[in-house]
Amino acid sequence: MIDGQTTNDRPLLCVENLKVYFQSNGEHAHAVDGISFEVRKKETVCIVGESGCGKTVSALSILGLIPTPPGEIVDGQIIFSGQNLIKLDEKAMQKIRGNHISMVFQEPLTSLNPVFTIGDQIGEAVYTHKQIEPEALFQYCVQLLNDVGIPSPKQRLNDYPHQLSGGQRQRVMIAMALACDPDLIIADEPTTALDVTVQAQILALLKSIQKKRSMSVLYISHDLGVVSAIANRIYVMYAGIIVEQGNTAQIFRAARHPYTQGLLASLPSLSKRGKRLYSIPGNVPNPAYKPDGCPFHPRCRHRILSCQKEYPGMCDYGEGHLARCPVLFKSKGYKASRIQGVK
Amino acid sequence: MVEKKLNNDFYIESPLPPKRTRMQEVRRLFGQNRLAILGLFIFILFFFCAVTGLFLTSGSRPVFDPAMVRLQEKLRPPLAKPNLDSLQPQEVPALGVYLMGTDDLGRDVFARMLQGAWVSLTVGFVAVGISVLIGIFMGGIAGYFGQHHIRTDQVLFTFALILGTGLVIANFTFIGTVFLLLCLAYIFYSLFARHGSTEKETPALKAMFHSNAVSIDTLIMRIVDIMLCFPSFFLILTVVALLPASIYNIMIVIGLTSWMGTTRFVRAEFLSLREQDFVAAAKALGLSNFRIIFRHIMPNAIAPVLVSATIGIASAILTEAGLSFLGFGVPPPHATWGNILSNGKNFIFDAPWLTFIPGIAILIVVLSFNLFGEGLRDVMNPKLRERH
Amino acid sequence: MLSFIGRSVVQKTITLFFVSIVSFLIIHLAPGSPSQVDPLNPKFTPEMVERFQKEFHLDKPLYVQYIYFYRDLFTGKTVSWKDNQSVLKKIWERFLNSLPLFVVGTLITWTLSFPVGIRSAIFRGGIYDRSATFISYVLISIPGFFFAYVLIILVVTYFHVPVIGMITFGIGDAPATYLFMDRIWHLLLPSMLGATGGIAVLSRYVRSQMLEVEGQDYIRTAKAKGLPPEQVHYKHALRNALLPFVTMFGLILPGLIGGSVIIESIFSWPGMGRMAYEAILARDYPVILTVNFVSAVLVLAGTFISDLLYLVVDPRIRL
Repeated sequence: MIDGQTTNDRPLLCVENLKVYFQSNGEHAHAVDGISFEVRKKETVCIVGESGCGKTVSALSILGLIPTPPGEIVDGQIIFSGQNLIKLDEKAMQKIRGNHISMVFQEPLTSLNPVFTIGDQIGEAVYTHKQIEPEALFQYCVQLLNDVGIPSPKQRLNDYPHQLSGGQRQRVMIAMALACDPDLIIADEPTTALDVTVQAQILALLKSIQKKRSMSVLYISHDLGVVSAIANRIYVMYAGIIVEQGNTAQIFRAARHPYTQGLLASLPSLSKRGKRLYSIPGNVPNPAYKPDGCPFHPRCRHRILSCQKEYPGMCDYGEGHLARCPVLFKSKGYKASRIQGVK
Repeated sequence: MVEKKLNNDFYIESPLPPKRTRMQEVRRLFGQNRLAILGLFIFILFFFCAVTGLFLTSGSRPVFDPAMVRLQEKLRPPLAKPNLDSLQPQEVPALGVYLMGTDDLGRDVFARMLQGAWVSLTVGFVAVGISVLIGIFMGGIAGYFGQHHIRTDQVLFTFALILGTGLVIANFTFIGTVFLLLCLAYIFYSLFARHGSTEKETPALKAMFHSNAVSIDTLIMRIVDIMLCFPSFFLILTVVALLPASIYNIMIVIGLTSWMGTTRFVRAEFLSLREQDFVAAAKALGLSNFRIIFRHIMPNAIAPVLVSATIGIASAILTEAGLSFLGFGVPPPHATWGNILSNGKNFIFDAPWLTFIPGIAILIVVLSFNLFGEGLRDVMNPKLRERH
Repeated sequence: MLSFIGRSVVQKTITLFFVSIVSFLIIHLAPGSPSQVDPLNPKFTPEMVERFQKEFHLDKPLYVQYIYFYRDLFTGKTVSWKDNQSVLKKIWERFLNSLPLFVVGTLITWTLSFPVGIRSAIFRGGIYDRSATFISYVLISIPGFFFAYVLIILVVTYFHVPVIGMITFGIGDAPATYLFMDRIWHLLLPSMLGATGGIAVLSRYVRSQMLEVEGQDYIRTAKAKGLPPEQVHYKHALRNALLPFVTMFGLILPGLIGGSVIIESIFSWPGMGRMAYEAILARDYPVILTVNFVSAVLVLAGTFISDLLYLVVDPRIRL
């Protein structure tokens, strides 16, 4: 198609300036404070950050799963297939959830309903969105379990969640997510609750499924090791904002934000053997009481006076690599004019 | 190779949320629950009324006399002025008006309500106090020492003791004394007898006596089950009907029949708290069991007890009113809200205030306790706190 | 499964045994004696008292009396001391009177509590929830006898409906439909009274269970799958929230013999509660002990059934 070029350029999911605030107990928490990211077709995008930086909230708000009394989407838009998801009503969102965008959660045991069988729960996901006859439904579910690598699927379909192991449950969650052939899978730290060996298997599974079905994956994690294995592009989040973004090579070899550098420095590796492990001093700020200016400045060794007063804009290092630190940007000799006012 | 020292001097503190003391935290959480504050307020009002009521209505020349019979003034409605010609000077009510009317014997209902307030208050608090004490004791023992077993010889000893005492009381002096002597002998044996400690094999008889009969947890829970088999109101009714009528009997009986719920709560809390690290740490420090239970575990386990105690007071007041209504309870002429209502039911169409005033009073007081208790539960429940 | 049943039955029988001993002791050790053997009672001559004592073994030691009593109980020969009727027959008659009251009350309670509680939980904090909560509190706090009189006044004054007793006095030979309607009218008020307290408590409990379940992760998964809200609430949440209530079913059993003394007194309903109350006053030991025993059996049977139901309903529990 002559048009193929342009349609392939348009990203699948485009989040612009998303702000999600929580109001509880008299505290006003800025969980997500204006982030923008995008996921293109057939790519794996990772959002990396410590606990409390707002990555799960960002993921949940894509599907509209933020509990609304304390939380609220205050600003921004989420464009998916030409629609702004924030503006859609509940019925329209239900057509998208599980169907075009589906989600895999962190804790497989509590995320599966204990009183229904696996077959029930997977079948439900299929039945809601696709019109399949009941006889064909069973076969479809068996095929799904095969795809995620669960042995003897026919027996497994009649089992209850507590009868499976942790890794198998997570595979079942992935099967449920795949049931309707979504365009995008959001995975919120799916391997955090699993053993390391099982972790590797699940990651390999995700990679193969993605290739086979040409899906996009938005992977949330705090584990840089995992991220390095599967990501095409990475966004680093801190205290509700994106501090650095780029592809895997750029982030791991040429990180340009002090926070990312700190994260990489604290990874244990063979070269650091026998030496003291580095850790970034201080703590992640409380989302209701963020520092002025750059949120990272209390913990940053490159801090100058303006960091405490001015909120930094994104600095463009070229080829899609952006970092939110003008101090490092200037010190590397880049021209000041290349600092974008992108928030 | 000198390790390069990492210089962390650049670090400054991030802004912190304001520190709140525990009191402030509790007050803030409470403030969000208006009904609970209302409940607390009404309770304080009630407490004040009851205490002043006690002083105003007792003694030989009380300010408000609940027992003064004025047959010529019977069944006057509230706020009625007394008929001064027919009354002697000391029979005129203190405020010059019958605030809540009079009953069928011409007694001032307001004075009787004040007198009854004190009864309701004490019955509620003492009964619940007894039940909470028993409940904490039983629940704590069951939860903390649950896995310890009682040996067979200890069981036999207790049986012999109880049997012996019972037989002596029932005038079977000879057999009773035999049992008691056996108990005494056992005590001497276990304290003073030389144990042949060089023997590797304990004689079979001794082993049998030292075997574990039943665990403390099972024992206590079976006792709870037995108590639960008796429908509570019937039990209270039975005991109150069979014993001479007095306010103390009622309090004690209600207390003795409602400790089961508290026991269950306390046991559950102890079971989970016992496994926590702070208990292990306390044990490692060599603290005595007693100190661990009362100083360390108990403050943590007290939350559900407080909630059920508040609601228990409400239920005790209702029970007492019910008992008075049926004719048991505090003997006349002492007034309780229950027996004012019970009197009033015969005149329900002629003098509805005799029914409505105590009824609504009971309703408001019990409601305030229930609201306060539920407010406490919301404050103390961390799960409910996060959600809105 | 079988071993669980076996163990349970054995434990419960032992408990029953102890219950029988405790109730026997309480009755016999309480001060005061039955009017039939009270030496101060002028109605009974000393010879009658002595004959009475011999017949009911009152002169024998306590443990002998105990054996006699329970032997008579299990062979159905226990006789009431007040009016010489067979105790079991008496209990059965009164039970049949209490039964419709109990059934209607329980039905009303359970069918109304669930929708109220569920709706309160789903629309938590809304007007419905707050007013339902407040009404529940009031209903729990109101003394039963007071509420009864208020209702009686209202119903009699405005609806002219008969309320006292089981059937209208003098209705005699009215046609069957009249009799039936009459029964229903008389049944209505007392059972509603019994139900209001129950609804208040049960609906609060339903609400808190639903709220706890709604906060679980699998509800979030259900929403993320794109299920419509009816399926999320009524299929996923409710099924989990109902678990403890299925077990509560078994515990309804003891209520059969409960009967509220107060309600029955007010409405002059000849039920079990009143019978037990009169027996207590008259120190009619056989009746009191039998009622106690039957109630203990029901309580234990009820807990047994609820344990069994729990096994059946929750797939996580398997023995």
